[in-house]
Amino acid sequence: MKKMKFLIFLSALLIIATALSGCSASSENAYGKNSSDKKVLNVYNWGDYIGEDVIAAFEEQYGIKVNYDTFATNEDMYVKIKSGGSNYDVIFPSDYMIEKMINENMLQKIDITNITNYDLIDDQFKNLDYDPNNEYSVPYMWGTVGILYNKTMVDEPVDSWDILWDEKYANQILMLDSLRDSIAVALRKQGYSINTRDLNELEEAKQALIEQKPLVLAYVGDEVKDKMVGGEAALAVVWSGEAVAAKRENPDLEYAIPKEGSNLWVDAMAIPASSQNKEAAELFINFMCETEIAFQNADYIGYSTAHKEAKYLFPEEIINDKAAYPLLEELDSCVIFKDLGDFTKEYDRIWTEIMAQ
Amino acid sequence: MVRNAINRLYLFIIFLFLYAPIIVLIIFSFNDSKSRSHWNGFTLKWYIELFQDPIIKKALFYTITIAILSSLIATVVGTIAAIGIHNMNDWKKTVILNINYLPILNPDIVTGVSLMILFIFARIRLGFLTMLLSHIVFNIPYVILSVLPKLRQLNKHLYEAALDLGATPVYAFFKVMLPELMPGIITGALLAFTLSVDDFVISFFNTSSGVTNLSITIFSMARIGINPKINALSTLMFLTVLILLFIVNIRTSKDIKEEKL
Repeated sequence: MKKMKFLIFLSALLIIATALSGCSASSENAYGKNSSDKKVLNVYNWGDYIGEDVIAAFEEQYGIKVNYDTFATNEDMYVKIKSGGSNYDVIFPSDYMIEKMINENMLQKIDITNITNYDLIDDQFKNLDYDPNNEYSVPYMWGTVGILYNKTMVDEPVDSWDILWDEKYANQILMLDSLRDSIAVALRKQGYSINTRDLNELEEAKQALIEQKPLVLAYVGDEVKDKMVGGEAALAVVWSGEAVAAKRENPDLEYAIPKEGSNLWVDAMAIPASSQNKEAAELFINFMCETEIAFQNADYIGYSTAHKEAKYLFPEEIINDKAAYPLLEELDSCVIFKDLGDFTKEYDRIWTEIMAQ
Repeated sequence: MVRNAINRLYLFIIFLFLYAPIIVLIIFSFNDSKSRSHWNGFTLKWYIELFQDPIIKKALFYTITIAILSSLIATVVGTIAAIGIHNMNDWKKTVILNINYLPILNPDIVTGVSLMILFIFARIRLGFLTMLLSHIVFNIPYVILSVLPKLRQLNKHLYEAALDLGATPVYAFFKVMLPELMPGIITGALLAFTLSVDDFVISFFNTSSGVTNLSITIFSMARIGINPKINALSTLMFLTVLILLFIVNIRTSKDIKEEKL
């Protein structure tokens, strides 16, 4: 009888597996048959970071099968590529990671003449420090780091990082549980570069963060949005994409980029040096830069697109939302993170010391 | 009476503590908002979206395929290994058992990275095969450990008696030994299955080329915020397991009744 139970259990699981994933299973088989004459493109992207039908549309248009994998942090992706066991053709690293990978010869040059839609990318995101000649990357999404605040709980205007040190808001402040972002806040508050390599400046930032700690309700990650929507805190340091989503759910929330300046980040598409499939990779990147596709992506993800025209397909209130698309002069004070090389370990040490307090 | 009430209350609190997260998750899978703090009304849209999401469906397909294959293979290999270990002399048994404990006590990340290095060294391309192999590897020790106690309880004279009565060793194994070992084997297989569905670290390092499982897919959503589709998926998986448990339990109680008659 025990054996029967086991068999029932297994067969039930098999039925569920096939029922729930019938489509993928059958497409898998179809692919297996044609694998010899069908091209395959391996794409490695952030989780939930592409429009829902975009991959299928690309497969249909070019007859190229896409193997799609996802990662959670730049560092995860870096380890995977560096180890050499994978064979990705298109990856989506952020600014500082692109710089690091270029320095380590992990990316190959993209032939921009093959990216015919490249002109549609906003010039604001070209020739940036991490890839000064636009040889290795094509911008995808971007955003800023700023303060998300609840208008009903904060009386004064929010325009400076100093408000996060105001004792009036004790236990109503949420900070990011992210080393570089949180240290950057303290560095900007003191008027230093967010890419500083000066130990004294770092030390000052550390003192500032330790001094702030009693006021902080929590150091949070992804849950910051829910906490702010639920009115659990008055002020939070957030990425702009989260701010846009939170504002949609709770109209009392507002987003501001402090006047001292902040961090501007860009996620871009790149081709790893190990890719044997440059032609298809460039087709894919070019496809992602088509206006309609770029719009679908930005619409699904909710982040700001680096595409000039896709932006204007959104309704008025999103285009004019300064959280999603800040004014140019606000961006002037924003700086992109640089890869700090060996100096990263000093940031690690400072962060550990702050967290240990 | 009072004691009885306290007993029940205690039991209730324990179960509440155990199941509260799942109850909340199930409730929020019907929430008409992406938020996990606000109730915006009832909806089934996450369930509909779940079945339209090719990435989640693919991950679910690979998760269950790998879990079934790896637990089946690990159960066969592990059971045979357990029988072999059981029949060894004392010091050999101790050595082998300690070697068997190593992968269990080893942190997952060490197992994961070392397997990856091995695969790259052997020039096996990371993908379905490597993920399946690594799951079999970490499952086998658990199967061995759940089958061995049953072997110790086994009356070895039963097997000898079967041989005396003319059974071939293979026949005696399947008809006498295996039924006795079955509870241990099933425990081992279920343990292997759940470990395989659960695993993130080892899978992460040993897969590529479009093969991902649910834990990798869910984890990689962390940056943008876990999609409520995952709540819907978890609810379905929880209900499936619950229904399976019910079926198994009904069958068991039937068995007991039949035996009593």
